[in-house]
Amino acid sequence: MTATVSYAYAVARDADGSLEEALSGLPGVAEAPVHLVRVEHSDDVVVVSPVPERDFQEAALRAHLEDLDWLESVARAHHRVIQALAARTAVLPLRLATVYLDDERVRLMLRVRHEAFASRLTDLAAQVEWGVKIYVEAAAETERPASPPTDAGLSPGRAYLSQRRAQRHAREDAYRGAEQAAERVEAAARAYAVDRVQHRPQQGELARGPGENVINDAYLVPLQQAEDFRADVMQAAEGLPGVRVEVTGPWAPYSFAALAEAEPLKGTTP
Amino acid sequence: MRAASRPEATPEEPLPQRQIALIDLLDRLLSGGVVLTGDVVLSIADIDLVRISLRALIVSISEQNPSPWHAISAPTGDDHDR
Repeated sequence: MTATVSYAYAVARDADGSLEEALSGLPGVAEAPVHLVRVEHSDDVVVVSPVPERDFQEAALRAHLEDLDWLESVARAHHRVIQALAARTAVLPLRLATVYLDDERVRLMLRVRHEAFASRLTDLAAQVEWGVKIYVEAAAETERPASPPTDAGLSPGRAYLSQRRAQRHAREDAYRGAEQAAERVEAAARAYAVDRVQHRPQQGELARGPGENVINDAYLVPLQQAEDFRADVMQAAEGLPGVRVEVTGPWAPYSFAALAEAEPLKGTTP
Repeated sequence: MRAASRPEATPEEPLPQRQIALIDLLDRLLSGGVVLTGDVVLSIADIDLVRISLRALIVSISEQNPSPWHAISAPTGDDHDR
């Protein structure tokens, strides 16, 4: 028999006690079905599933996390569970690969922290996260004419320089456009959003183009205004050449799940 | 009367064919979510390791928004002894 440990996905509110049944059979990481860990006097539960201990011991995990395929399969399974929860109730996602020795250890943790969880869950109830990304499209590529410059009055050298200048201007225009887009998008978003987190612009092999990602923000928006938010944000950057806005979501409030107690200091603003 | 382009029922689960970009997911799973110290203390050094070993692919943990383990920059086989 394989020894297992408990992988914790999220804290969720189970106000009417229906969550266990709603999730029944939902596979988590390593395909094992998820279940709930409860404590007395609280509606908030931790959603867990057993995972093979050998994959989640420190050394093994260390090795696995460098394996992009493994990371992807765990990330997608984690997300599948979060999505299923978010479709039904308020959810506080936990960081990827939060693992306890057994359910009893999870229960202990919930018992200690349930007040902080409850308060954050209340804050986040009926709100969704939207991702808003702004891209500068590769102006240099598109501006290169397929045929030689038409201005016959220029020497080849001058023609080349003039062409380069045109490319540079197109690129500068695109970045200026992106700045403008960022301002407009932010103004549109602020009309609805209750919070914002700025992620680092995406780069590297996993980043999808076309173009260069310059803004990668997450907004927390009341569920009732979610569609208006999306529509207004998409519209905000219309008509700006070389700029593309991409909206992802709605997500469970991953980017906003951090507990107040984890913040360095309580704000002094009233 | 109903809009032609709208599905009859709002699906609760996302459509399986519409797969979310891994990078968008990792942005959230590696730098969002509640951070708890589990029993397997992959915590500190190991998440840092994710950042280090995959940094060519994903640069997920934002610099303006350093994670709790940021201060503990464990020497994780990054091969630069200086």
